[in-house]
Amino acid sequence: MSVGKARRKGSFWSNLHKGDEIAHLVTFLFAASVLLVTVLLVAELWRTSGPSRTHLGWGFFFGTDWDAVNDKFGAAPFIYGTILTSVLALLISVPLGLGAAIFLAELAPPRLANACTFLVELLAAVPSVIYGLLAIFTLVPLLREYGEPFLRKTLGFLPWFRGPALGIGFLAAGLTLAVMTFPYVIAISRESLLEVPQDQREAALALGATRWESTSQVVVPYARLGILGSVFLALARALGETMAVTMVIGNNPSIHASLFAPGYTIAAVIANEFTEATGAVYLSSLIELGLVLFLITIIVNALARLLVVATSRKGTVHGA
Amino acid sequence: MRRMGFRKALNYVMMAATGACTLLTVSILFVILGYLVYNGGKSIDWNFLTKLPLPPGSEGGGMANAMLGSATMVGLAALIGLPIGFLGGVYLAEFGGKTFSFLVRYMADLLNGVPSIVIGIFAWTLVVVPMRHYSGLAGGIALSIMLIPITLRSTEQFLIGVPRALREGALALGAPKWKVVATVVVPAAMRGILTGMILGVARVAGETAPLLFTALNNQFWSNVNEPTASLPVMIYKLALSPYDDWHRQAWAAGLVLLAMVLVTNISARWILARGISVQKG
Repeated sequence: MSVGKARRKGSFWSNLHKGDEIAHLVTFLFAASVLLVTVLLVAELWRTSGPSRTHLGWGFFFGTDWDAVNDKFGAAPFIYGTILTSVLALLISVPLGLGAAIFLAELAPPRLANACTFLVELLAAVPSVIYGLLAIFTLVPLLREYGEPFLRKTLGFLPWFRGPALGIGFLAAGLTLAVMTFPYVIAISRESLLEVPQDQREAALALGATRWESTSQVVVPYARLGILGSVFLALARALGETMAVTMVIGNNPSIHASLFAPGYTIAAVIANEFTEATGAVYLSSLIELGLVLFLITIIVNALARLLVVATSRKGTVHGA
Repeated sequence: MRRMGFRKALNYVMMAATGACTLLTVSILFVILGYLVYNGGKSIDWNFLTKLPLPPGSEGGGMANAMLGSATMVGLAALIGLPIGFLGGVYLAEFGGKTFSFLVRYMADLLNGVPSIVIGIFAWTLVVVPMRHYSGLAGGIALSIMLIPITLRSTEQFLIGVPRALREGALALGAPKWKVVATVVVPAAMRGILTGMILGVARVAGETAPLLFTALNNQFWSNVNEPTASLPVMIYKLALSPYDDWHRQAWAAGLVLLAMVLVTNISARWILARGISVQKG
């Protein structure tokens, strides 16, 4: 009785050796579904943006009018606003973020560095709508009352700091995005800096360099590709960021040199107008904007990943 | 050759400057937290947690339906996204070949980098258009599409971290590969995998953009087949409204959302860190 049971049990288990194939197949199907979802995403965006592509052609990207009533759709103001706010954000967040990364990787005692890195990671986890909430009730009034009048008084001779101080606009969106991209710049730059071999630092210090000279002339140049990668990663985040920007950009589809002026970004116009879009061309032109945003961000992301991978490869070669 | 005094001074100035950068970025977190507690803390009461939203000007409205809606949609996303991501990750780490795995990894990273608003459009074409109405289901699917690549990559990462010796030991005892994976490798990496999943769920729980035109919003209780309110969308709508008492509600909802996200993040990381130190000791 017990022998028979054992034999049956044995044959059951030996049959399940074929379970390897079943497990392989099942997990393969799930992995393949990721592939399928991504391909489907691109295909759906392409298909549903069809009416806009056939009606508007390449002129879509150069048109500056956005007038749903007269069926005029030009993407230029949105592309301009997206790039302007993202570049503005990086101009602020890259120097500050790199400074913080240098402090955390090179100068701070390990316990302090770990605590601060943890806080920076938490900052990355804060939902974007909360950044928007804070920006609209604190940053915007501050800019309107103090920031923009001050900039106009001191730097008003430049075309970027003219016009009425509204608070909302490119400057507010850029500043909000700067805060939101800090964590990405810091986290990736810090990792690249930590991958620099210790002997590089020691060699510089042995030649009589100060701590700062070793950092700025040896360590940072060594990690430059990874740092550049972090900049691209932050750029991708900034380009695709929706909620916080939508809340402070001012929602005005026009191109202004002044940073005080209200503008619009690709993500913001989709968020605002998608549910209200009537007519096939209107709706599909919004989807085409989404497709453009998608293409820009995947290119920037790919560049970022390439740079980060390039540095870690270089690091391992040196290590070995 | 510059003089030593100048070089030393520059050294200290720049070191202090990088310290100031760090202080500035870290203090932002406390500013956010402080502002939300100061502005939102007053408005969180029993009504806020249990009542439906009311028109501006009336006292005692709450956000119960938005909290339930968020929980429903995030739960739905977890139900769809976590198994797909997990099993896909197991494939990449344990069964995958070269070319196909590379392709899956690449596509997952690509999907991970897609702006959340574009995910919203995708879920709209996938679910809302065929169903002809907005629904919590569509919102949950949108969030699950964001959750899949996050789970996939973190699962793979933690599985790869399991030492070879463990696998080889189990294989040497004659266990088939699927059994090695299911009873040795996955349990060894479980703590990390779960942490990755919790962090992923916390991240999609705060997303607004994918819900704007999938789940839409709702002033009342709803099931998954109807437009569904969620905390992030509620915050967005209330913050942009012109009413002071709605602004107060937005602050309170923001505080609830942030507290949820931070508590999940901190506890997940704490569990992970503790696990590693226990293994080392």
